Amino acid sequence: MVPASFEYLRPSTLSEAVSLLSEKGDEAKIISGGQSLIPMMKFRLSRPACLIDINRIPNLEYIKEEDGYLKIGGLTREAELESSHLVRSKFPILHDTSFVIADAQVRNLATVGGNLAHGDPANDHPATMLALNAEIVATGPQGERVIPIHEFFVSIFTTALRPDEILTEIRIPSRNSRNGGAYLKVERKVGDYATAGVAVQLSLQDRDQIERAGIGLTNVGPTPIKANRAEAFLQGKMLDDENMDQAARLASEEAQPNSDLRGPAEYKTALVKELTRRALRRALERARQ
Amino acid sequence: MPGTHQVSIRINGVEVKADVEPRLLLVHFIRETAGLTGTHIGCDTSSCGACTVLLNGRPIKSCTAFAVQADGAEVSTVEGLNRDGQMHPIQEGFHQEHGLQCGFCTPGMMMSARALLDKNPKPDEQEIRWAIAGNLCRCTGYQNIVNAIQYASKKMTEGAAA
Ligand SMILES: Cc1cc2nc3c(=O)[nH]c(=O)nc-3n(C[C@H](O)[C@H](O)[C@H](O)COP(=O)(O)OP(=O)(O)OC[C@H]3O[C@@H](n4cnc5c(N)ncnc54)[C@H](O)[C@@H]3O)c2cc1C
Ligand code: FES
Ligand code: FES
Repeated sequence: MVPASFEYLRPSTLSEAVSLLSEKGDEAKIISGGQSLIPMMKFRLSRPACLIDINRIPNLEYIKEEDGYLKIGGLTREAELESSHLVRSKFPILHDTSFVIADAQVRNLATVGGNLAHGDPANDHPATMLALNAEIVATGPQGERVIPIHEFFVSIFTTALRPDEILTEIRIPSRNSRNGGAYLKVERKVGDYATAGVAVQLSLQDRDQIERAGIGLTNVGPTPIKANRAEAFLQGKMLDDENMDQAARLASEEAQPNSDLRGPAEYKTALVKELTRRALRRALERARQ
Repeated sequence: MPGTHQVSIRINGVEVKADVEPRLLLVHFIRETAGLTGTHIGCDTSSCGACTVLLNGRPIKSCTAFAVQADGAEVSTVEGLNRDGQMHPIQEGFHQEHGLQCGFCTPGMMMSARALLDKNPKPDEQEIRWAIAGNLCRCTGYQNIVNAIQYASKKMTEGAAA
């Protein structure tokens, strides 16, 4: 399959990329990993007149702790998250997530920034970033602005990024209190998109009451879903079986799945309930460690 | 009409230069421009891994990258595995352990295996299966492919120790 023709531009600095984007307007698209965009272009579901390749821009691939945040550069590859010791020891939920995305070949190119910017409710990082209460740094002609993750996913394939903005960083607040998280996904086979997925991040107070619960849902609605009611219910509570059941029920009520080849809507709702319960349990274990 | 770009890609150590349209996929550059048809096109939809090559040492699907993006990069394909007419231990492993039937998936499998063994010379079975999870085989049931990679791992680490 051959994509439609396009003009190819390869800026070597961020400011050059931003000016090219503003100059070309709606006709242009950023290409980072290309692992969602190229398949869509081959099917001609997407036919950008111009591609701006940001892969040669330096200093956009990093994972570091700074100013109370874990900072991930917009171009950081999934393979980097998967093998990072920092991620594995402090944010195992991010490792869980990269680990179940696609396969080794795709993860070598696919970027975390692209995974979010694509605005696909089937992608796995959005739910995790919702659970982690992340912030998105967007760089445009006026400089940087910070978008809270709960305002980022606007509608299917549409995010709060403006056409002339590049996602340059993801910031995840590091908490002092004990915290832990987990991402669980049911897929038909390795490399498939989720039938359903649930991300949970918990912060605990001294006596194990929940200080903050973050819960994100994958592929059960037109956008990634933040399970607000389940989160609010858990705040200040102890995570006993009864509260876990109630939170799982609330999260499953917040899902809005459609029936499709991956299964009927009822099945997906039931999956969200069970995955929420299991993710809560694993997050609690990790938070207590 | 958007123009062409001059690209230069080192494939198995040999520089290949050409003027290409930006929409030319890397797999077509390898097969048609460079004439190296060992790299296969299976699904053409990023799913099967038959087109796997190493880009700067890491396995990628060459049907899901543009040739212009690989400008200046090193690409390794199955043709680069043998040395001086001698089979690479991975090729020998596939031969000895019956790691192929129709052979369609084999070049991609071997390149995923090569990347794994470069990074992790003694992988366990789980690690091998994880590394080839992006390569589909419709014939073998995978067991003999796993055996073939174990054979290569053994031969390569023993060779290094000797
Ligand atoms: C076989 C296969 C299986 C997959 N399975 C999964 C899976 O299980 N789970 C999952 O989550 N994903 C999966 N993916 C998708 C993969 O993770 C994609 O790589 C990801 O969705 C997009 O990241 P990318 O860097 O490749 O972005 P690209 O494909 O380059 O871009 C995607 C979109 O985002 C925009 N964009 C990219 N980067 C930026 C940026 N920095 N700033 C602004 N806009 C940007 C582009 O303009 C484009 O519209 C799979 C892909 C394949 C091919
Ligand atoms: S041909 Fe590239 S993944 Fe199937
Ligand atoms: S040997 Fe036939 S597909 Fe693998």
